[in-house]
Amino acid sequence: MAAKAERSKERVAVAKTYKIYIDGKFPRTESGRYFTLEDDNGSVIANVCRGSRKDFRNATVAARKAQPGWAGANAYLRGQILYRIAEMLEGRREQFIAELQLQGVARRAAREEVDMSVDRLIYFAGWADKYQQVFSAVNPVASSHFNFSVLEPTGVVSIIAPADSGLLGLISNVAPAIVGGNTCVVLASEAMPLSAVSLAEVLHASDVPAGVVNILTGLRSELTEHFASHMDVNAIVFCDGARKTARTVQELASANIKRVIARADVDWTRESAQHPYLIRDTQEVKTTWHPIGR
Amino acid sequence: MATPENKLAFEGGWEYSPAPESTDHIKVAKKYDLFIGGDFVKPESGKYFATVNPATEERLSRVALAGDADVAKAVKAARKAYNGPWSRMKPADRGKYIYRIARIIQERAREFAAIESLDGGKPIREARDVDVPLAAAHFFYYAGWADKLEYAFPGRSVKPMGVAGQIIPWNFPLLMAAWKVAPALACGNTVVLKPAETTPLTAMKLAEVIADAGLPEGVVNVVTGAGDTGASIVSHPGVDKIAFTGSTEVGRIIQKALAGSRKKYTLELGGKAANVIFEDAAMDQAVEGIVNGIFFNQGHVCCAGSRLFVQESVAEQVIRKLKDRMETLIVGDPLDKNTDIGAINSKAQLEKIESYLEIGKQEGGDMYQSSCPVPDKGYWCRPTIFTGVSQSNRVVQEEIFGPVLAIQTFRTFDEAVSKANNTPYGLSGGIWTDKGAKIFRMTQSVRAGVVWANTFNKFDPTSPFGGYKESGVGREGGLHGLDAYLELEA
Repeated sequence: MAAKAERSKERVAVAKTYKIYIDGKFPRTESGRYFTLEDDNGSVIANVCRGSRKDFRNATVAARKAQPGWAGANAYLRGQILYRIAEMLEGRREQFIAELQLQGVARRAAREEVDMSVDRLIYFAGWADKYQQVFSAVNPVASSHFNFSVLEPTGVVSIIAPADSGLLGLISNVAPAIVGGNTCVVLASEAMPLSAVSLAEVLHASDVPAGVVNILTGLRSELTEHFASHMDVNAIVFCDGARKTARTVQELASANIKRVIARADVDWTRESAQHPYLIRDTQEVKTTWHPIGR
Repeated sequence: MATPENKLAFEGGWEYSPAPESTDHIKVAKKYDLFIGGDFVKPESGKYFATVNPATEERLSRVALAGDADVAKAVKAARKAYNGPWSRMKPADRGKYIYRIARIIQERAREFAAIESLDGGKPIREARDVDVPLAAAHFFYYAGWADKLEYAFPGRSVKPMGVAGQIIPWNFPLLMAAWKVAPALACGNTVVLKPAETTPLTAMKLAEVIADAGLPEGVVNVVTGAGDTGASIVSHPGVDKIAFTGSTEVGRIIQKALAGSRKKYTLELGGKAANVIFEDAAMDQAVEGIVNGIFFNQGHVCCAGSRLFVQESVAEQVIRKLKDRMETLIVGDPLDKNTDIGAINSKAQLEKIESYLEIGKQEGGDMYQSSCPVPDKGYWCRPTIFTGVSQSNRVVQEEIFGPVLAIQTFRTFDEAVSKANNTPYGLSGGIWTDKGAKIFRMTQSVRAGVVWANTFNKFDPTSPFGGYKESGVGREGGLHGLDAYLELEA
């Protein structure tokens, strides 16, 4: 009886509207379309934005606009901002665990995924002012020149996030791209898009400049080709196992010689899934020659 | 080009109103115990010594004097922490603790800056803008290395050394503690730290931070005292590694004392850096660089640009501009935000500097000092330059560690190089020129661990620092700074 009395006093919950994240704002998709996310019992969890080509183009414009400023921020600052994202995510652990559970992840696995997501952000935050030291070189050319090669961000990166790892998989691909000074447009997991949208709220509260990370939700079958073909995107990170799609992506990417980084079948929960070569994937090597003399 | 007739009117009648940093927000206890095994404990001897504000000669606090028994206790605590949690901890977790230290220093930055200025005499502006933010940045940088060490040494596997005994100087007390503690912890070592006897307060504050950050007890231990305490650390058989920053004189004693032992060591010692101005340099920038090179932190900087070499064709112009600029420097209350040159760190150091001023004059040098008024109480030295000196003069050869610059001239590039290298030291150097090719030729030619081109006294956690020749062994900072705290194995 007591339990029943409790229940009658239970407040009516307020459902959250899941929107997309473009240029530091949370618009609905310009297309006005949606797709429905259901739980195992078939009840509606949320009506999620079914992002369009136009949304993607808007996001790319924002990413391009933000890129020089972000690349120009010093490595220490980029590291501190990534660390701040981790701090903000840590503070919202319970929310993210609950949301993953809502999307069908078991409680324990959800907790592990959130913890690992925080740790992964800290891992990449630490690389901000170190990957350059590991991957750059002074080249002992035979002539009297000081010759050195450093990494520079490739620019705007489109990311088709892993389908099966709604939060950790997305972070594992976004963090190495942005820590190196790239900006990105991300397509969230279609089956688990909620964590991506909530992560956008975390990014929004973490001093990440507008446009550095843009997150869309929608249908892969519809959006992948745009992520691959856009002429103002420099690289595509593509986490999808299907061979046929991979081929299409590579073909479309050739239009502007996009770098294609295929990361299919990675178990993002493994520690070995984090390494600095993920950062290097979206970097260019720039070599400078300078004379030595009097 | 500015001529004597149209020189910049620095003295245009402006007066600075006092802009003192308040100290009501800081907490300095009347007495500090030793920080051993996670607790603040009294010294076995029961003895304490005073730490004095060099700007007022007033006592700030009393600090425990650690003897052999206390050092032994600290080493034991460090060993226990090393065998226990620290070396076995997941490296990423070690990193998290170090990140916490960085964050707490950032949160308490203003307090640290004020105490650093009070205890050491440095201008609050420098403590606020250089010492404290850089200290936090060092912890932040090395925190990130904790779980990435295998990428720093390809082909080798890495392992911590054990207990590190770290002895630091009084010129950048907190920053030097950060330089030492951060990489040691990131690499999995535990620490016994001894701050300098004239500037122990921020190290004790750092101990508070470390306690607040929840580090396992004994991972960092702080013992205060003078040379005897340092000697006790160096000779303790339970210490695996000695990291010392200080004078070459003491460095030599330490290296000798460690001969035949299995202990590893790194030494950051003295310097007498050449700052070389070519005729094609941007002169006003070069003059700022000279001022920053020698008058930063009262010249209490091992890498200070204390020997100036100016190309003959521009020597007269540079010296005149330098004198004009020196005249604008404000010597006085370190807590005033307008102050450029604070108090000399201690009475002993002031006496040493003053003895060198006498030596310089006796050797025939022309001494020039600015006319800035200095306070009655406290230890002060006006910015000073010597011209008319030669390579054999003691003020040219010996490290003064004060705001005293020896100026010589040169005609050719090769002459500049040979004069710059005519020193037993090799910590740093500076070059000022508009020609990039000359910069790289110079950096190749100068036998020093750091060379600044068209800038001076720049520091960053990612950038290795350390000397050639008698300026020391090993590097601190950057990827290369990890080496000092790791065993590399096949």
